[in-house]
Amino acid sequence: MLGEQIIKGMAVTARNFFGSYVSKDRLTTVQYPEEQLAQKENTRQFPFLVYDGDDWEKGLRCVACQICEKECPPKCIYIVKSKDKKPDYKGQPQIYPLTFDIDVSVCMSCQICVEVCPFESIKMDTKFELSTDDRFGGLLLTKDKLAKPNSYYQQMHPHDAADSDAVIAAEKAKAEAKAKAAAEAKLKADAEAKAKAAATPPIAAPALTTPPPTAK
Amino acid sequence: MSTFATMPPKSFEVKPKLDESGSSIDESGSSIGELLEISMGPHHPSTHGVFRMDVVLDGEKVVKLKPVCGYLHRNHEKIGENISYLASMPYTDRLDYFCSMTNNWAYALTIEKLAGLAVPERAEYIRVIMAELTRLQNHTSLIGFFVHDMGALGTPLMYAFREREKILDLFEEVSGARMMCNYMRFGGVRVDVNDEWLARTKQLVANYGRFLDEFEAFLNQNEILLARTQGVSPLTKEQAVNASLTGPLLRAAGVNYDVRKVDKYGIYSRFDFKVPLGEHGDLYDRYMMRVLEMRESIKILNQALRDIPGGPVMDPKAKLRGFRPKSGEVYGRIESPKGELGFYIISDGGPNPYRYRVRPPSFINITILEDMCLGHRVADVIVILGSVDIVLGEVDR
Repeated sequence: MLGEQIIKGMAVTARNFFGSYVSKDRLTTVQYPEEQLAQKENTRQFPFLVYDGDDWEKGLRCVACQICEKECPPKCIYIVKSKDKKPDYKGQPQIYPLTFDIDVSVCMSCQICVEVCPFESIKMDTKFELSTDDRFGGLLLTKDKLAKPNSYYQQMHPHDAADSDAVIAAEKAKAEAKAKAAAEAKLKADAEAKAKAAATPPIAAPALTTPPPTAK
Repeated sequence: MSTFATMPPKSFEVKPKLDESGSSIDESGSSIGELLEISMGPHHPSTHGVFRMDVVLDGEKVVKLKPVCGYLHRNHEKIGENISYLASMPYTDRLDYFCSMTNNWAYALTIEKLAGLAVPERAEYIRVIMAELTRLQNHTSLIGFFVHDMGALGTPLMYAFREREKILDLFEEVSGARMMCNYMRFGGVRVDVNDEWLARTKQLVANYGRFLDEFEAFLNQNEILLARTQGVSPLTKEQAVNASLTGPLLRAAGVNYDVRKVDKYGIYSRFDFKVPLGEHGDLYDRYMMRVLEMRESIKILNQALRDIPGGPVMDPKAKLRGFRPKSGEVYGRIESPKGELGFYIISDGGPNPYRYRVRPPSFINITILEDMCLGHRVADVIVILGSVDIVLGEVDR
């Protein structure tokens, strides 16, 4: 009979229509601004900079190595290195970014900056409602807008944050152990030198005939 | 022919060839009435993006058709030559934005071939799972668009998108984005999947067969669909091969060619699946081809989800920063949902490729659009274009 299959198709439509009242599988619409789905753990939107402690300027992990700037596919990161150095989380003097801008209107949320960063300092935010009426400066995020505390990151991506904290802690422990070993070695060397000096009479150091090579 | 080739850009009128008595004639000399040239697109809702067809009509019949593309050209290949190998990976997402996972795989496969990287077992299985899920969602939404072009406004497309969204949710959970997944890396995949995700995927695949049953009951025998598709625009084997078509379009014409079977790339030799073939090459065969391929994909998914081993997902030799493969040239290809997707790379040993070329399946598949449309009605042209399954991100690159 002509139209029989159309009627059968209509039965499927009817099943879906009435099913949408009872089955969650058939009604998947979310009324967005009013209700929002929970963000997935791995969700990525736009990058931000992580800092430790309370002061964002002091605790910023970024050392302005510019790897992310080089690797960024659409080239939306702009970094200016500092001339001076300040101590990082390991206590070593490091350069820091004088300027760190991300143009979010260019960024394509690919997460490559996060992957290539060797210092666990740039991470992905899950915030996506960024619309602004400022066409020019509104989506150019500067260092102060990008800096977010580590606690924010831990709350957003608990698993990834735990991993990155472990990396940081391990590096810190390594650096501390190295510093401790160096200090011990120095103490030992000093003691030895003292003992040596006591045992043998001091001799005059040979006069330098050539100036020492200048450091390059 | 000449009037069409040197078409004046602003005038839509084509001066017809006239015989002695003053009525218009075609090449063979028979009278065909007045011709009308229409520019279809680039914002026509049925063109799947910004795509234009210059159609010359005789009444409702198509006399000539010229596809015009390039509205979405964004220099993909040239960008690829100027940025590092890794940085091209997110750009491949944007080629065929419905199937970013297969695009990633094709690119990763090519570079792995060039750099000699091995992919761990688990990563190979994850790649197969992702590619087949991509095929499922691409074909589902394609059928939605296809019947939408035919005039079934909304309903089947909504059902298709409802199911597609479930797969995209799985993608988002693993890779962080629904469509621009950027998931695969040279020598593996970016993050591992967990057991909970695998269990949910198993659940989805189990339910997908039921959805397909419903979808097929909904459409397969529908009288309107049969009338609109059966016998329309049949493509012979010879035509299909001559136009170097690939993918479902070629197989619908009855040519047994599937890169998964021919190349056996990845671990496809381990899976038991068939390559469905069409008989007539008409629109109905192309529609059924997609449905049958989804059934085969479900088979592959079931086997892959059953056999997936544990272990690492990245080759430890793979370098993320400062990746420089040795110099040489390589062509890698996979069976993407739309056909053979290939990447051709020449490396000079530097941090970025010397030449980067994409062989996009949907661009090559629309080259035969005129042959498929000649002699058909305007309304059929829309459906024929829908059956080719083009995505303009890939056509224009």
